Amino acid sequence: MAIRSKTFRESYYEDIKLFKTIWIKSWIGLFLMVLAVLPLIGDPYIIYLINISCIATIAALGLNILTGFTGQISLGHAAFFAIGAYCTAIISSRFQVPFWICLPASGVLAACAGLFVGIPCLRLKGLYLAMATMSFGVVVEYVVITWDSVTKGVRGISVPTLNLLGYPLDSNNKLYYFLIVLTALAIIAATNLMRTRVGRAFIAIRDRDIAAEVMGVSLTQYKVMAFAISSFYAGIAGGLYAYVMEYIHPEHFTFLLSVQYLAMIIVGGLGSILGSIFGAVFITIIPEFIKGLAQFLTLLFPAIEDKYDDGWNIAAFGLLIMLFLIFEPKGLSGIWTRIKTCFKNWPYTY
Amino acid sequence: MDLLEIRHLSLNFGGIVALKNVHMTVKKGQIHAIIGPNGAGKTSLFNCLSGVYIPTEGEILVEGKNITGLKPHKIARLGIARTFQNIELFANMNVIDNLLLGRHIHMNSGPFSGSFFYGKALREEVGNRLKVEEIIDFLEIEKVRKQLVGSLPYGIQKRVELGRALTMDPKILLLDEPAAGMNVEETEDIARFVLDINEELGMTIILVEHDMGVVMDIVDEITVLDFGSKIANGNPREIQANPKVIEAYLGQDE
Ligand SMILES: Nc1ncnc2c1ncn2[C@@H]1O[C@H](COP(=O)(O)OP(=O)(O)OP(=O)(O)O)[C@@H](O)[C@H]1O
Ligand SMILES: [Mg+2]
Repeated sequence: MAIRSKTFRESYYEDIKLFKTIWIKSWIGLFLMVLAVLPLIGDPYIIYLINISCIATIAALGLNILTGFTGQISLGHAAFFAIGAYCTAIISSRFQVPFWICLPASGVLAACAGLFVGIPCLRLKGLYLAMATMSFGVVVEYVVITWDSVTKGVRGISVPTLNLLGYPLDSNNKLYYFLIVLTALAIIAATNLMRTRVGRAFIAIRDRDIAAEVMGVSLTQYKVMAFAISSFYAGIAGGLYAYVMEYIHPEHFTFLLSVQYLAMIIVGGLGSILGSIFGAVFITIIPEFIKGLAQFLTLLFPAIEDKYDDGWNIAAFGLLIMLFLIFEPKGLSGIWTRIKTCFKNWPYTY
Repeated sequence: MDLLEIRHLSLNFGGIVALKNVHMTVKKGQIHAIIGPNGAGKTSLFNCLSGVYIPTEGEILVEGKNITGLKPHKIARLGIARTFQNIELFANMNVIDNLLLGRHIHMNSGPFSGSFFYGKALREEVGNRLKVEEIIDFLEIEKVRKQLVGSLPYGIQKRVELGRALTMDPKILLLDEPAAGMNVEETEDIARFVLDINEELGMTIILVEHDMGVVMDIVDEITVLDFGSKIANGNPREIQANPKVIEAYLGQDE
């Protein structure tokens, strides 16, 4: 086992390969196999949760690129997600536009919105940036509710079934494979982005903006780019969300959702691709556990029967953000790295 | 033509005068030192040269081209690289990535080719990695190349920061106290590297340094600043004999 970590790699091509050892390749292969057979044996509700987790993963990757890697906090991620969702919902329901136009259009529209927010926010940092992005979220929410003629306001919009080359993906089990493939693509793209020139510039800006600029990184260009890329991911995720939910409503895209995305990347690990995935899955399934907990508590204290509502989830997200910030700032991905090192070096511990 | 020419340079912060009407020229291929007591304005001068501060008055010319007021990232592309007095490395990146960031201006893959890592982006990564490895060999930091720089000892971090500036392949290299906080042996290493960079890599070097032993040994020309003004300029022998310089230093230390 110890040899594995000391493998000699011949060229730099080898050194920058994504999946370096046969071990990693086999683990990933196994994982993909499990994912492939899951819909055949899994409960439909589980499949639905995985679908929602996939969407959350894509959106969380986007937020992590902006906040975790580039260091620009955003409390308005839900707004870009909403723009993507409404773009797909509107053009697919009104004009019967196919998915392969709807989804890129959602991404691009959200990215444009990202530019629109990113450029005036260039000089803002920390708390001020948080406030500005949050306000953008509120504005988008307001527009979605009041621009009735286009968004159908509080009545919500029904979204037609995604039609994959003549094959309608009309159930969660059918959407599942589509989502898994897109999510895998998003993960690979984000991983590659972060280990090449642009990603390095993002991290440099986060770590030392003045040094980055002196090395030739244009802060203006790269901060705006981070906003656009982040929003692009959110827009694509939003479009997929419209297809999975089949019906969208302004209430799906509140400030709480932005907080939820922030919780995902903090709990998962800021500045970590793997962390975005862990966090997205974790935060997506946590309400299920809370629901279970509520049922259990009802047995003990009958007084709280039917008291379970969204408030419990908000409290849980808040608590999780706090606990992770205090005890594990590197998030679940930090814990994962520790476990992995432990195994790699086993039986030698140091 | 001089490689670098500074004319009438002044810099004020509110009431504080950091630089006052500074003139100086640096010849191509030289090692030029800027010395002076604490607070003399040496770092401020570097900040003006690299675009971090915009001078209140005056001009900076590189090969005759006026660079005054340009943004730092533009100046970087014109061939000026620097290190910082207090190390400013990207602490969460490893040594290779820090040095690769120095190659930023020599690369051009954008977000799209980066995301899909195809052809051009990949070739570019590997090609620049070769350059980075050359510098790593040159500075003898092979052993730590995959470590996060935040976890390295101070002396090595200083060396990595030097490496990051070198990978930019600049015409002019600004070094702000490269030997500060180092022991005798580390200081000798740095002095040797500075000479090698000048001779083997052919870079013109401007050096701020308090260690007079190093300065007098390796540099061709010295400019002395005191309270933001230039008080002397000359070769090491002339400077050592200059009464104004002796006074400035005595008034400061003892
Ligand atoms: N950003 C700033 N704002 C206000 N004053 C500044 C700023 N930067 C430098 N100064 C002032 O300018 C003067 C020159 O500072 P500078 O850092 O250039 O000195 P130095 O020669 O590098 O000194 P040292 O040897 O201690 O590094 C000092 O009085 C300092 O307080
Ligand atoms: Mg200084």
